Amino acid sequence: MRDRDDSDASRRNFLKTVGLGSAALASAGAGQGRAELAAVEPEKLQKILLSINGRQLSVLVEARWTLLFVLREQLGLTGTKVGCERGECGACTVLLDGVPRYACLTLAVEAVGHEVTTLEGLLDGEDLGPVQRAFVENDAYQCGYCTPGQVMAAEGLLRENPAPDLEQIRVGVSGNLCRCGAYANIFRAVADAAKLRRGGGA
Amino acid sequence: MSISQDLAYLRAADLDEALRHLEKDGACVHGGGSDLVTCLREGTVTCAQVISIGGLDDLRAITPTSIGALATIAELGRHEEIERRLPALAAAARAVGSPQLRNQGTLGGNLCQKPRCWYWRGDFHCLRQGGDTCYAAFGQNHGHAIFGAEACVYVHPSDTAVALTAYEARVRIAGPGRSSRTRTVPVDEFFVLPADDPTRETVVGRGEIVTAVEVPAPPDGHVGVYRKIRARGAWDFALTSAAIVLAFEGGDRGKPVRHARLVLGGVAPAPWRAAAAEQALVGRRLDESTIAAAAEAAVADASALDHNGFKIDLVQGVLREELQSLAG
Ligand SMILES: Cc1cc2nc3c(=O)[nH]c(=O)nc-3n(C[C@H](O)[C@H](O)[C@H](O)COP(=O)(O)OP(=O)(O)OC[C@H]3O[C@@H](n4cnc5c(N)ncnc54)[C@H](O)[C@@H]3O)c2cc1C
Ligand code: FES
Ligand code: FES
Repeated sequence: MRDRDDSDASRRNFLKTVGLGSAALASAGAGQGRAELAAVEPEKLQKILLSINGRQLSVLVEARWTLLFVLREQLGLTGTKVGCERGECGACTVLLDGVPRYACLTLAVEAVGHEVTTLEGLLDGEDLGPVQRAFVENDAYQCGYCTPGQVMAAEGLLRENPAPDLEQIRVGVSGNLCRCGAYANIFRAVADAAKLRRGGGA
Repeated sequence: MSISQDLAYLRAADLDEALRHLEKDGACVHGGGSDLVTCLREGTVTCAQVISIGGLDDLRAITPTSIGALATIAELGRHEEIERRLPALAAAARAVGSPQLRNQGTLGGNLCQKPRCWYWRGDFHCLRQGGDTCYAAFGQNHGHAIFGAEACVYVHPSDTAVALTAYEARVRIAGPGRSSRTRTVPVDEFFVLPADDPTRETVVGRGEIVTAVEVPAPPDGHVGVYRKIRARGAWDFALTSAAIVLAFEGGDRGKPVRHARLVLGGVAPAPWRAAAAEQALVGRRLDESTIAAAAEAAVADASALDHNGFKIDLVQGVLREELQSLAG
């Protein structure tokens, strides 16, 4: 993982959070460590602590809310996209403890105690992070709908394997559909992103 | 973007707590959630209280003889000891779904996952949903069964189950009520055929939790492969798959086969042991005529539906190619 100017990123998240989340409360960094959650009653809002992009956020949720719903509708983090909502497209990919998974198949309450990273968390201050930059530079999209998910899958791959070969890249983004068929440039972007990340902290 | 049925949620602190809560009406187990969340959203599974076992870290361990139910599919696919000892299982794990699904899905959940039949998942009150008709039997059935298809023709979607059957694994189940109550079931008795009960997929009963899968040491000098055929290169269920575990006399591939387990996936409501094909191999050298005889024997009792006759050819082709590669 790389360093990043935290004050900027936190400020932006803070504004987003208080500005857009009706049932969301921002809390400044309290309660580090594995937050415990025992039970949620039906039809009740329960306060949980989520760790998102390095910030601790206290959010009111129902048990049946997915992480995808909470990120977008409660926290205003709309970088995570909604597609199929059944694990068949990859648009909703986020990192949980650094590892890619689908936010549409993850209950928000299940994310308690884990570090969630979304597309917004890959920004380098106000600038794009290396994987995001590589996608732009390689024209790795057409409509762009799948791009946030592709970027998160690529980020997860590169955290595990900083120098993947083409086959490993293809497997790494095989859980992300691109209906525009921009795959060739996506593979190139991921290869470039690997170089950018290796070549000096981005 | 969320689930419409009302849910209570409990993250169990230990196995006993999970089992205690599972005794309540309408409680269900949440492993990784990668199948359960979709089933709840689409209403194919109803559940009043989700009991999450995700915090039970002692169900995560992978040892040479036992794999915890909460080990993820991704962990199985990259585990060195599993790769060395049970190569067909490691390969099967790597063939599951997509990277995101392998990161989230657990072994227990993979064995207990719900059918992928598009009628069962769709708006059809089919036999398996408690109705009286299997719509797939005379509908769109190119993905369905060619073996064991009595009453309901769905195919079991798990890749890991196919490999575990070839390794003669046993499934450890705890409950109901308390963790001191356990039983182990050979994996080839774990799945329930529709002719016996079309409303359940496994023997896991109300209030029970799969806690581990135990795998005995395979025979000395064994070789194992898993081959999966799907409509695209990734992220899809098997149209046909095969797990093959063989051992040769004296560990020499030129000598007769001394042990053979051939198990087929994507073709039956459970991993399907090709027992006649195994018999055609044991005691014989793995030459062209033995391989042809085994592939033939494997499909002798297959019966195609309207749209899945191609699976009979696929099974034979996959077995021929994989046995050839093992003949060295
Ligand atoms: C798009 C897509 C493609 C897929 N492709 C494949 C594939 O190619 N091959 C393949 O094998 N699978 C495939 N899967 C299935 C996937 O692997 C499963 O969703 C996953 O393994 C389930 O594990 P989980 O821990 O997330 O289970 P959960 O979603 O938590 O649970 C699944 C079911 O099992 C029950 N359950 C879970 N754990 C236990 C336990 N320990 N004891 C008792 N009951 C339990 C739950 O109550 C639930 O009914 C695919 C899934 C999707 C969405
Ligand atoms: S929206 Fe989650 S995978 Fe499609
Ligand atoms: S760029 Fe349009 S879906 Fe991928």
